[in-house]
Amino acid sequence: MNLLSLVLVNLGRNLRRTILTLLSVAVALFLFSVLGGVIDTLQGAIQVGSEARLVTRNAISLVFPLPIAYREKLAALPGVRSVSVSNWFGGQDPKDPHDFYAQFGVDAATYFPIYAADLDIVEASPPQAQVALPAGMDPKLAAFMNEQTACVVGEKLLKRMGWRLGQTVTVKGTIYPGDWPFTIRAVYRAKNKSFGEDAMVFHWKYLDQRGTGGSGMAGIFILQLSDPGHAADVAREVDAMFENSSTATHTETERAFQAAFISMYGNIPFVLKIIGFAVVFAILLVAANTMMMSFRERTSEIGVLKTLGFDDRTVFTVVLAEAAVITLGGGLLGAGLAKLLIPGLNLQVLPPMRVEWTTVLRGVLVALLLGAVSGLLPAWQAARLRIVDALRRV
Amino acid sequence: MAIPIAYNVRSVFARPASALATTVGIGFTVAILVGALALAAGFQQALIRTGRDDNALVVRKSADSEISSGLTRDAVNILRAYPGIASGPDGRPLVSAEVVVLTNKPRLGQPGSSNLTVRGIDPEALSFRERVRVVAGRMFTPGAAEIIVGRRIVHRFAGLGIGDRIRFGQRDFTVVGQFEAGGSGFESEVWGDNKVLMPVFRGDVFQSVTFRMKDPARFAQVQHELQSDPRLGVDVQRESDYYRAQSEMLATVIRVAGVFIVIIMAVGAVFGAMNTMYAAVGARSREVATLLALGFRPGAILVSFVIESVFLALLGGALGCLLALPVNGIVTSTTNFSSFSELAFAFRVTPGALLTGLAFAAVLGVVGGFLPALKAARQPLAAALRGG
Amino acid sequence: MGTVRIRDVRKAYRRDSQEIPVLDGLSLDIAEGDFVALMGPSGSGKTTLLNLIAGIDRPTSGAVEVAGTDITRLGAPQLSRWRARNIGLIFQLYNLIPVLTALQNVELPLLLVKMSGKERRRRATTALQLVGLGDRLGHYPRQLSGGQEQRVAIARAVVSDPTVLLADEPTGDLDRRSAEEILALLERLNREFKKTIVMVTHDPHAAQRAHRVLQLDKGVLSD
Repeated sequence: MNLLSLVLVNLGRNLRRTILTLLSVAVALFLFSVLGGVIDTLQGAIQVGSEARLVTRNAISLVFPLPIAYREKLAALPGVRSVSVSNWFGGQDPKDPHDFYAQFGVDAATYFPIYAADLDIVEASPPQAQVALPAGMDPKLAAFMNEQTACVVGEKLLKRMGWRLGQTVTVKGTIYPGDWPFTIRAVYRAKNKSFGEDAMVFHWKYLDQRGTGGSGMAGIFILQLSDPGHAADVAREVDAMFENSSTATHTETERAFQAAFISMYGNIPFVLKIIGFAVVFAILLVAANTMMMSFRERTSEIGVLKTLGFDDRTVFTVVLAEAAVITLGGGLLGAGLAKLLIPGLNLQVLPPMRVEWTTVLRGVLVALLLGAVSGLLPAWQAARLRIVDALRRV
Repeated sequence: MAIPIAYNVRSVFARPASALATTVGIGFTVAILVGALALAAGFQQALIRTGRDDNALVVRKSADSEISSGLTRDAVNILRAYPGIASGPDGRPLVSAEVVVLTNKPRLGQPGSSNLTVRGIDPEALSFRERVRVVAGRMFTPGAAEIIVGRRIVHRFAGLGIGDRIRFGQRDFTVVGQFEAGGSGFESEVWGDNKVLMPVFRGDVFQSVTFRMKDPARFAQVQHELQSDPRLGVDVQRESDYYRAQSEMLATVIRVAGVFIVIIMAVGAVFGAMNTMYAAVGARSREVATLLALGFRPGAILVSFVIESVFLALLGGALGCLLALPVNGIVTSTTNFSSFSELAFAFRVTPGALLTGLAFAAVLGVVGGFLPALKAARQPLAAALRGG
Repeated sequence: MGTVRIRDVRKAYRRDSQEIPVLDGLSLDIAEGDFVALMGPSGSGKTTLLNLIAGIDRPTSGAVEVAGTDITRLGAPQLSRWRARNIGLIFQLYNLIPVLTALQNVELPLLLVKMSGKERRRRATTALQLVGLGDRLGHYPRQLSGGQEQRVAIARAVVSDPTVLLADEPTGDLDRRSAEEILALLERLNREFKKTIVMVTHDPHAAQRAHRVLQLDKGVLSD
């Protein structure tokens, strides 16, 4: 039998203890990986939003609108391929105001072509009449385009709320008061992982008419660039264009725009890091203690091994390897579970979360380090053990 | 008949390394639980203290926060004339029509920017918000482009020191003072004269009207009168209730996240405690067998070991509470999602949180100790007596 | 009162799927006040027999009557209670609780009986004085020599005034002199206090101190 099977046999000797220790390591590393995923999300390491699109908002504050008339001027700029409009609706589910989801009134004819690469229409009502759609739009959106009070919802949102295609849902307006019924005419699925699937999108024109009596207030403008390399230049041009007018603008890449929301989380990443360390430290103690317990019980056994001719170094390796197997196994289990389970978790206030492979790798490395540190003392003591002492301690 | 507790207590201390590891594991778990509760409590307290029961806050109907509300000048004038408003010593009604705007300003010492709440008030506002006090510099002069800054955010944003100038829209404002507001959410805001701020923000609408009620006990009637006035279209709440509702969402998120983390850690801590107790049971099988041989019942053994586990866990719980205590009073900030603005608040470790932590530790002790205790109680006597 | 009557007792252990008989149809009578030594090679079932008398183990079949009670008919809780009142146990490895003092160790069996704390301590002190350790009440087992530990164990065994004392290799771990002291103590308990003693031992010297020596080999008794 080789050294590895000796290690495994030793671990199997007190299987319950091995499994308990492995599970506690797994739990710790699961938490560590989840926290790592959240930290990554909050620090924008997971890139949300594109660098090839710009967002123009009111320079004073996001909550102030921009005149819709700006659209023509923006579209006329060289370097801008198309311009769309999006207004934050800010409504509530009348049945459960705390069950939050986002609603946007958008200029669909430009919005969907701009985001064509980021989402797929997976379900759609059949259109009542044949209608020519703008270039770049999924033909499945025909029914939605034809109906003023129609909406498109993300697949995750649909499932979460228990809605069905064709259902009319009511949104209670807070910024634009009243009850707003919308009929679901299409369902979208995000093609890339950073695009959220929890939104409802409807027609800006309807919002403008019913909500502000046609006063033409746009929330933000989304600019699709012909050349992403010119993003900074175009942004500067836009802001310069409106600098001295009644409503100044602030333009940045979509990614920077989203990042601004994320930076609102303040100290939380720091707190999470601290928790992560605390967790690892606590588990380290548990694992180390378990190794020592097991070692103490096997003193005479190790003595016998040495009488049989196992040298100090081999004994050292065996004990250390035992520690490594437990922590590595636990680490793989915990980090792996985090990677699998987390995308299913939907914390409404965070951007779509996932655990990157780098986080998993980090977790596994931490586990290995844990194994090394917690196994070192017992391994060293085992190596140092004199046969005479070991056999005497019956 | 019961096995003396001294036996269990001393047995715990007889294996210090094991006990220490378990204690620390449970201790950290409890510390985080108490920390999360303290975070949520601090956050809620900041918002709850913001409002008073005897002030009424009026926003546009069905607006869920001041930010999404809009009251026209006409509506505001009607409200100002409402007879239910108390009068100050100088005879003027204690009412303030306010503009509340979110601006985006760079943070101090951290990359990125955050939303900063700017509130344009009527100067009367300070007379019925008694907790608000200017503590450095001076109050702004009505009509001047001056602002005062809440204490909690002075160091969170760039350019908010006294004498600094900050730009809103097309105009520069000078910071002339800093104010405290009893630890409430107002301390995370910047206040100025609404007559100066409104044109800057290009608005013709106010966000809210707050006033001191002449008879706070008759709030229900005030609410009914104003809400049923067809000219107005408003919702009326007690100022305190409004801010309490604002805090709910984030407080819930903090609690949920905290609970999630704590549960996972607790599972890990339970595994650790189980390991320790199994080891203890294993090492003491002869002792246990002796007790059984002497005539102590297996039930007594079970209870005894569970008690030992709970004792160990409570030691951990006490450690956890000690670890969490220093957090009390530390100021941190985050974005209140209901109003999208930055809110600074202090951790608040309440006695309730500490008790919860200890109770939680005890539960961990019971759960972690039960199976090993069962094993001890059920062990076959004959084999164990000979040390086999 | 202190009689032991064993009738046609069988005890088999199950190891994996095999049944290994240790005692096969054994019968034995021990009169009150008797001092019996049980000898025999390893695995002959001496300890098993002792465990049956103590009620620590149940026979596969047969009857065990101790101090007038057929203990094979007792349920587990009654058996515990009965054992606390009627049996005193002495082990080769003493089996003292390391975290309790000598006095507390001896008090243990009294916790199972209704008694005030003061009375309990008084009785335990008396028992320890009886075995000559009245000056070591507050010592922990690790502070005592092997012989002293065994004496504490004997004090514990007699503190509830049982009629039957069962000793499993009581001198197995002791040096010659300590062993002598222990055997002398057992003799005294038998002679002065009329305790029935059944002692399992390897040591022929120890066996000599008994009134009767029984040999147990492969589950069969002989004189």
